[in-house]
Amino acid sequence: MAYDVNGTAVEHDEEGYITNLSDWSQELAGVIAQAEEIEMTDEHWAVVNFLRDYYEEYQIAPAVRVLIKAIKKSMGPEVGNNKYMYELFPYGPAKQACKIAGLPKPTGCV
Amino acid sequence: MAPLDDKKDVPMFSDYPQQIPKIECGASLDTDTFKAYPEHNEALGFPGELLPNWKEVAIAKMGELAKKNRAFQVYLDACVKCGACTDKCQYFLGTSDPKNMPVARQDLLRSVYRRYFTFAGKYFPWLVGARDLTKEVLDEWYTYYHQCSQCRRCAVACPYGIDTAEISMAAREILDSVGVGQKYCNEIIAKLKKTGNNLGLNPKALRATLEDMEEDLLDETGVEVKIPLDVKGADILLITPSADFFAEPHIEGLMGYAKVFHSAGVSWTLSSYASEAANFGMFIGSYENMREVSWRIRQAAKDLGVKRIIFGECGHAWRVAYSFLNTLAGPFDFLDQNYPIPQHILEFTLDEIESGRLKIDKSRNDEHVVTFHDSCNVARGSAMGDKEGGQFDVPRAVLKAVCNNFHDMERDTIRENTFCCGGGGGLLTDDLMDLRIKGAKPRMTALKQVADEHGVNKMVAICAICKTQFAKVMPKYGFDMDTIQSAHQLVANAVILDGQETEDDAE
Repeated sequence: MAYDVNGTAVEHDEEGYITNLSDWSQELAGVIAQAEEIEMTDEHWAVVNFLRDYYEEYQIAPAVRVLIKAIKKSMGPEVGNNKYMYELFPYGPAKQACKIAGLPKPTGCV
Repeated sequence: MAPLDDKKDVPMFSDYPQQIPKIECGASLDTDTFKAYPEHNEALGFPGELLPNWKEVAIAKMGELAKKNRAFQVYLDACVKCGACTDKCQYFLGTSDPKNMPVARQDLLRSVYRRYFTFAGKYFPWLVGARDLTKEVLDEWYTYYHQCSQCRRCAVACPYGIDTAEISMAAREILDSVGVGQKYCNEIIAKLKKTGNNLGLNPKALRATLEDMEEDLLDETGVEVKIPLDVKGADILLITPSADFFAEPHIEGLMGYAKVFHSAGVSWTLSSYASEAANFGMFIGSYENMREVSWRIRQAAKDLGVKRIIFGECGHAWRVAYSFLNTLAGPFDFLDQNYPIPQHILEFTLDEIESGRLKIDKSRNDEHVVTFHDSCNVARGSAMGDKEGGQFDVPRAVLKAVCNNFHDMERDTIRENTFCCGGGGGLLTDDLMDLRIKGAKPRMTALKQVADEHGVNKMVAICAICKTQFAKVMPKYGFDMDTIQSAHQLVANAVILDGQETEDDAE
């Protein structure tokens, strides 16, 4: 199971999360998004970039609430709300956005 | 890779009350959940991959379990095929697959047990429905024992009290013992052993999350409500599901606990070492893993020197805590014996409400018309308070104390007859989304009835799994995802803290 990024294979698990987090690139994010049937906009990128920054500091994805608060600060309340996050990432900002951002899948009762 | 739930049609509500479907053989035979990787299994003490001599090991394990666990043996021996359980399982009602009838699910294991452990089955297998253990049978176990949420609704209906959950747990333990584990459960247990919680949240990230919530509480109320972490010498250790640090509406519940503790004026703390209430060791029927997870709670309580342990809103955690914690990790003779060991957060909150210490303005929940989903493990595996049925009445008493509008769902779908949310028992994984949507059908049907008849617009659950499951599947049934709420979310709305700035003050 692999994504094809300009001829390079990037391995992923059964659900599409990449196996080696260091394989991530902006191009790969585009490929994953395409597989998820998402067209990346500036708003999608704002979420993905925040997730990556947060992960770099804390080695885990942020709580949805923390994500929304941050996006609200950077892009305003029209974008920074739960409903809009689900419009951007219909399968949920936590899981689907993490997948595109190259983060591990949040596990547990979430 | 398209999202896993997009390929299926939206299921139709059943007419209410719930109708029994016509059977469709093999309807959910192709429902499979990802298998654990070798490293997940090995971290739990199981073989990484299917053993070459799996058949002998599986039969020996079955014999060992039947010998060690008398109830399991009785359940395998006692069924008279009366049929009382057949229409009780939400997965049968949702999928129409007859192998999801509890009796048929039990028989997947019972037939093999008969073949190797009973006189008649050894010599006349064809007379008593006994069958050899083959790879096909093993695969069938994996498929159908991962379509059981171990909710025990069928056990209430069984005149012999046969508990399918016990059989399902044993089946998963046998599967694990030959190297066939489920990825969802085993990966999570392995993660908990490393980090202290199912999410894999490290102390630094946990602290940052809690500080963020404190900031929100301050913004909302103007009061410095703390969510303490790793505070030695605190009176109360709160053990709560890690979903309370991450997901919606769980987090709102955690903020509610914080408000209640603040109002009560007690000293409390969370632990980064035991930052998980959930105990998936139960779902896979592994006593050793269940014990190891429980032991962290004891260790944290000792290290922090607390006097009491209180559990947050988590269904199966409360079953493990209430029914097994003392056996698994006791004795808790170092805690204050004047309080229940352990105590449920709802018991604590109800005490605060009834004593008048908690200031409540019910009208702050007036926009909500509320119903309550009894979580299966709380309803059928535990108790609360000091009266019989407290596990049903304590949550309702709290909700009625903080909301003016409350309506119960159909009697056959609540209290001891409650349906599973559809995601319990280790099934809350995206690869089982189709099953989860179908399994939620009976609950969604009962909810629609009270929504139509009484205008119910919020359903409360006190279990992290229920909350996540409903937030995910409710939109498939036409409900907003925020229809599901934490009990302490509604408590939080209604509580007025000392010194809190309210809208009335502003006027």
